[in-house]
Amino acid sequence: MIPSSFTYKRAGSAEEACDLAAEYGEDAKYLAGGHSLLPLMKLRLAAPEVLIDVGGLRGLSYLTDQGSHIAVGALTRHHDVQHSDLLARELPLLAHAAGQVGDPQIRHRGTIGGSIAHGDPASDLPAVLLALDATLVARGTDGSREIPIGEFFLGLFETALEPGELLTEIRVPKPGAGLRGWSFQKFTQRAIDWAIVGVAVQGGHVALVNMAGTPLRATAVEAALAGGASPAEAAARAAEGTSAASDIRATREYREHLARVLTSRALTEAASRAA
Amino acid sequence: MKVELTVNGKQITADVEDRMLLVHFLRDVADLTATNVACDTTSCGACTVLLDGESVKSCTVLAAQASGHDVTTVEGLASNGAMHPVQRAFHEQHGLQCGFCTPGMVMAIVSLLKENPHPTEEQVRTGLEGNLCRCTGYHNIVRAALAAAETAEVPS
Repeated sequence: MIPSSFTYKRAGSAEEACDLAAEYGEDAKYLAGGHSLLPLMKLRLAAPEVLIDVGGLRGLSYLTDQGSHIAVGALTRHHDVQHSDLLARELPLLAHAAGQVGDPQIRHRGTIGGSIAHGDPASDLPAVLLALDATLVARGTDGSREIPIGEFFLGLFETALEPGELLTEIRVPKPGAGLRGWSFQKFTQRAIDWAIVGVAVQGGHVALVNMAGTPLRATAVEAALAGGASPAEAAARAAEGTSAASDIRATREYREHLARVLTSRALTEAASRAA
Repeated sequence: MKVELTVNGKQITADVEDRMLLVHFLRDVADLTATNVACDTTSCGACTVLLDGESVKSCTVLAAQASGHDVTTVEGLASNGAMHPVQRAFHEQHGLQCGFCTPGMVMAIVSLLKENPHPTEEQVRTGLEGNLCRCTGYHNIVRAALAAAETAEVPS
């Protein structure tokens, strides 16, 4: 399978990337690791006329301790997130979940920013960063702005990024005392598949993978936990407020069942790590 | 567009379509046909090569993205006529049946052992989650990876 024709441009800096995006307008797409976009292009489900390759911008690949939060460069690869000592210490949920994305070859190419900007509700990291209450930084030709992750995912493959805006950094607050319990549960049919359903838990935050057109917080579960419910009682409410699809892999009812089961497992595991 | 790749230590410059995939560059331009195209959807790992020393699926990388970088295919592993330890381990442990997945399996294991020179069996099995063997000959493939790790030095 071969993508339809396009023009390839390699950006030498974030600034140049934004200028190229402004020049080519809506015909252009940013290319990071390419492991979401290129498969869609090979299937002709996407056909941008211009690809602006930002994958080589090593200046946007970093993990730094900023005191109250960890700053993650948008072009940091899953492999580097997975193996970061800093994250193992401060944000083990993020490091662990990055190691669950695809397979080693995919993690050598795919980036955290690419995964977020792609806006696929079946991807792992969008829900993980929702549970972690991250803030995203996007750069346009007029400068940078911050976007709370809760306002970022608007629909299937649709995000709050304006045309031409480049996601440059993800800021993840360090969980406070008493909120350090975490878990990531993912159910797949094959080892490297997308989650049929996934659940990310950090402290009292619970986020769901593939239970709606966007990743979403399980607010009914969170409210039950805040009200003193047991993990089992809270998990029973995991499908409330969701709108899971039925597709070739699973029916909506099965996904709702999985959401409850996986949430129960996640809350139990997180509680065991909270001390 | 003009691309310049170093493949198995040799610099190759060519004019290719912007949309050319790395695996097609390797097979059709560099004339290195050991790297197979199988699923063509980033699933099976048959097209695995090393890009700057790390395993990637070359059906999901553009030749343009690899321009300026180093690529190693299974043809580039042997040195001075001597098999790479991973190749030798496949030979000795009978790590292949039909052989179609083998180039990708070998490259994935070379990358795995570079990152983790002494993996457990479980780490080998997890590390090969991106490579499928349709003969289901996994047992001897895992055995070969563990045998290669036993040899003193596994060069990349």
